[in-house]
Amino acid sequence: MTEERGGIVSYPLVRFHIVFSMLYLGIVLLGGLLYSLQFIGLYPFPGIEIFSPGRIRMLHTNGAVYGFIINGFMAGLYWAVPRLTGHRVWNERFIGWFLAIALQAAVLATAGGLLLGLAQAIEWGETPVFIDPAVVAWLFVALAQFAVPIYRYAREKALYASNWYILAGLIWVIMVYIMGNYVPQFFVPGVAGAAVTGTWIHDAVGLYVTPIGWGLMYYFVPVLLRKPIWSHALSLLGFWGLAFFYPLQGVHHYLWSPIPMYAQYAAVLSTVILELAVVTVIVNFLMTLRGNAEALKHNIPVRWLFVGIINYAVTCLQCALQVLLTTQKVIHFTDWVVGHAHLIMYGTFGFWIMGFFAYLWPKVRRSEVYSRTLDEWAFWLITIGMSVMWVDLVSAGLVQGFTWWGLSPFIDSVNFSVPFWVTRTISGLMITAGFVAFAYNMYMTGRRAPVPAAQPQTSGGAV
Amino acid sequence: MKRTPVAERFSTIALFVGIGLFAFGTFWQAVAPWLSLKEIPVETMEDIAETIPPEFYMLARDYPEEFGRYFGKPDKASFIEALKTAKEIYIAEACWHCHSQFVRPVSKEEIRYGKVSYPSEYANVMQLPQLLGTRRVGPDLIRESGRHSNDWHVAHFKNPPAVVPGSVMPKFTWFFDEKGRPNKKGLSMVTYMQWLGSWAREPMYELPSREGERS
Repeated sequence: MTEERGGIVSYPLVRFHIVFSMLYLGIVLLGGLLYSLQFIGLYPFPGIEIFSPGRIRMLHTNGAVYGFIINGFMAGLYWAVPRLTGHRVWNERFIGWFLAIALQAAVLATAGGLLLGLAQAIEWGETPVFIDPAVVAWLFVALAQFAVPIYRYAREKALYASNWYILAGLIWVIMVYIMGNYVPQFFVPGVAGAAVTGTWIHDAVGLYVTPIGWGLMYYFVPVLLRKPIWSHALSLLGFWGLAFFYPLQGVHHYLWSPIPMYAQYAAVLSTVILELAVVTVIVNFLMTLRGNAEALKHNIPVRWLFVGIINYAVTCLQCALQVLLTTQKVIHFTDWVVGHAHLIMYGTFGFWIMGFFAYLWPKVRRSEVYSRTLDEWAFWLITIGMSVMWVDLVSAGLVQGFTWWGLSPFIDSVNFSVPFWVTRTISGLMITAGFVAFAYNMYMTGRRAPVPAAQPQTSGGAV
Repeated sequence: MKRTPVAERFSTIALFVGIGLFAFGTFWQAVAPWLSLKEIPVETMEDIAETIPPEFYMLARDYPEEFGRYFGKPDKASFIEALKTAKEIYIAEACWHCHSQFVRPVSKEEIRYGKVSYPSEYANVMQLPQLLGTRRVGPDLIRESGRHSNDWHVAHFKNPPAVVPGSVMPKFTWFFDEKGRPNKKGLSMVTYMQWLGSWAREPMYELPSREGERS
């Protein structure tokens, strides 16, 4: 079954996106490390305009989402969608490579633009204004690329959970991107603009990264464990919960701001309710694992996925807590939120993408994993680094928040944070070291002599 | 062929979920706040320049050569020019990633910073795109006007830790010319700092310019 369907997947496209995703992840980690050095007085390029820490920060966040995560998802989608639907994507030879190269061009142009001071003041949409139309066009083409096989399949059968998420996510992201990058930039100033921006920040995560991530997980978890997902009813509940409650939360990024309170109450309430939907998804995955927990021990990709799920449970529990107006009094504006963001973007979606890569790379290179030891090192370094960073930043946030509330001089909150910031840099170093082990292992895996393909027609048949 | 359940059809997911539920959420989180606030007139740069804070004239007096070279006289036109330049820099340097621009009604912020923020003070083109911010590595800036002197800002942009020991703010050496005097960027940024909150000045809790009165 798997072998038959191998012929409809374009291996070169999957490989291309994996390679670029890893490349950007390396750059993003270095950027994050570099930025963290500013906080402990060790920044290596003081007074150099294009390496100003503020610009490096934007490189770090934008590189993470547009470089690492989107490339990682593209690799996952090119692998999973044809297998889920039994149809090839719309067009590999032209559209596939056009999308692949245009994405790298957009990421590199964004990076250059940010360093040269052409940023846009939209959080997570700092992409210079002149690149935005190209991104919108790219998103439309990407939708067509994957919606075509899903549509073909839907004419024959009911869609599986992965397809709901992928289809909805690819449609949402177009509207979300247009709204977030144009409305507050050109049309709506001030407080209403903040409401729109909050909705964009939130939807970029909730209506693109989350549905695509969940959609791919609904494919990879059953495939890696070789058993069906535990409950169809729970996957329905999770999907409709996400679809209904997630778009209602944008304003929770600006709580206690001058945005009308009804919008803030709606955001808080729907955020707390959404955690129920999230729990259904987490329970569904964990119950699928039930009886196969041994796999965590010897199957590295499964381990990445499930530690990601645990991190997800932690982040979402944290989210339901931190979104309350009472908690916001202390933790808003602090490193608590930064810790939260790292655990969700890297600890969860990043871990899932690493899991996909650990599984896919030997397959698309038709090779065998070079070193199990390196895999273990990568996993433990990154897992421990990530956990330390989260605990550290969340604690730092509490210290900062209570220092402000206690009306100490502002600089006290900075001085008290320094030990936490040193710890953050160390945890960042651990994550980077883990990444190096992971990347080196991939490189050596790729260099190994290819395992003879069982069925020659599957080898790169697409391109 | 068995009939596909409604919830699992392509059309349901593409149209109802993809477009419908997005529109529903966006209405309550983005459109409704805008409808609530749209009666507030949006100030243009000319409206803003009706009231120029005194520090702008002091800037022209303190740095006559540089001010004359980049802006000419301290008037409406040069004030608008300085604010526009500063907004570009504030965005390019991502200042707003470490400095927020709103005072919340909680955590004693009205004591630390001043009057709690209200919607109409953001209804102007300097807040297009809005710069409310989501993180405070450094203090909030919406009540910054008059809090520090022009000289303090000039010295602070040049080398923040020299003015505020322990500060982690980067040095903005490119705001200065070869002689170490503020260039157009430097003068614009000081103007912007003295403008932010100039409409809501009041006695302040923290008076950092006076030694020994920090708490």
